[in-house]
Amino acid sequence: MRRAGGKAAAYLPAAPLALFFALAFLLPIAILGAVSFRPDLRADGWTVAHYAAFLGDGFTLSILLDTLWLGLQVVLVTLLIAYPLGLVYMRAGPRMRALLVFLILLPLLTNTVVRTFAWMAILGRNGLVDTLAAALGLASEPLRLLYSRTGLVIALAQIYLPLMALPLNNSLAKIDGNLLRAAEGLGASSAHVFRTVILPLSLPGAVAGCLLVFAGATTAFITQTLVGGGRQIFMPLFIYQQALGVQRWAFAAAASVVFALTVMTIVYAFNRFARSRLRGVDA
Amino acid sequence: MREARNIPFDLAVWIAGALAVVLLVLPTLVVVAMSFTNEFTLRFPPRSWSARWYFELFTNSPQILASALASLKVAAIATLVSTALGTLAAVALAGRKDRLSVALDAFFMSPMVFPAMSLGLALLLVLSLAGIRLSLLTLAIGHVVIATPFVIRMVSAAAQQMNPALLDCAASLGASRIHAFFTITLPLIRSGVVSGAIVAFLTSIDHVPVSLMLSDPRTETLPIHLWAILESNLDVRVAAVSGVIVAATVAVMLIVDRRMFVPGRAGR
Repeated sequence: MRRAGGKAAAYLPAAPLALFFALAFLLPIAILGAVSFRPDLRADGWTVAHYAAFLGDGFTLSILLDTLWLGLQVVLVTLLIAYPLGLVYMRAGPRMRALLVFLILLPLLTNTVVRTFAWMAILGRNGLVDTLAAALGLASEPLRLLYSRTGLVIALAQIYLPLMALPLNNSLAKIDGNLLRAAEGLGASSAHVFRTVILPLSLPGAVAGCLLVFAGATTAFITQTLVGGGRQIFMPLFIYQQALGVQRWAFAAAASVVFALTVMTIVYAFNRFARSRLRGVDA
Repeated sequence: MREARNIPFDLAVWIAGALAVVLLVLPTLVVVAMSFTNEFTLRFPPRSWSARWYFELFTNSPQILASALASLKVAAIATLVSTALGTLAAVALAGRKDRLSVALDAFFMSPMVFPAMSLGLALLLVLSLAGIRLSLLTLAIGHVVIATPFVIRMVSAAAQQMNPALLDCAASLGASRIHAFFTITLPLIRSGVVSGAIVAFLTSIDHVPVSLMLSDPRTETLPIHLWAILESNLDVRVAAVSGVIVAATVAVMLIVDRRMFVPGRAGR
């Protein structure tokens, strides 16, 4: 389409960002990787002791696995909430859709600390849930949801729901209404239409949402520490403690590398898998 | 046409959808209600109401206000730089499917899935080894990396809807690439650039992990300061700060054309 001679010049506008990312993103990560093989931050020589210490210790390994498990739990809960929301969005008129987009964006655009604080007020002692449960006679004593795993998963699912809902709604809105009318006209029930038409066609949005929610929930330092409480330790807090708390820089670097590699590998593999299965579905 | 509907399924969808909407809105409402409490604890609902914590916030909270100012400065720098760099890159890569473009796009998007705490530690190690002191500027550099992917996504959504023939016309009429960029491309993708800048600003204002690694007491940002308060003593002033942030967010959303946020509408 464009002249061949202009090909290199066409990339030129991307050069400043490429240079910036090379210096402020790639270089630091390379140094992080290098430091993780050093005995200490400013010490010479190479060692794999930090990796051996991290991977050989059941405690640290369980923190890593539990962080990934938390991410998966949150992804599943957001999927469960986002699909009904998406189906309502799909059937809504333009005004209703605009309102729904506003309601989805409002929490996304509100500060994470604010949203986390809200969940502390909802789940905490004398919070909304306790008050409601007592008023309805469902519980005679505080439910202690704050600092519990259940409370943390619910809070993270709500906080990251917009990241699932936006791409999912985008996919759902692109589905040709004629397909649905054809399926219904041929006698398919709405549950059947959902399973055979809507679900497969909405998968690209769901996949994008899953990746964003997983990446978000596993690194959600604020919510993990404030709603999860001191007894649940996840990788971000662990890295923070090891680095700034006890200043084991090289060990923290190794933990960071393992964490980043694990998350990136899961995201990449899931993306590849999803794409190979989705071939033919128009994203 | 609709005789074969599955009533229980439809009903379940509507009920679950309504619950999802409640779940989306509930925390915001709780925060706003909480900010008008007259008590010293986070009891919900409060037993008596007042605006005392807002008064306390604006008259007797120099540290919170200083951290808010630091956040605004960092966000301003990060927004400017990430919007400029991200827009240029998105325009260069828009609509291209060759290997280099796909690879560059993946590279530019990778901060979205790279754990931010790891990136924060990486930046801290580099600065420390290079002997560079932590400042608002070094913090802003980290925020640019975090915010730029969002700018690129927003701008490329707008740029992909642009007719590439327009640029060929401009070139055949003798316009330089730079001239064509400012007179044709930029006006056409303007809404994408504006939404990219807004999202970049909100991302920076909201960001924690990199700030946590790169801040010292002088450069503490608002979310870090609020986190420290909530970790230690649950000061109710956080509710007032939250009320201000919610009000500001709603105001921004109402001022900015809402259509810009509707998926798939950017740039039209």
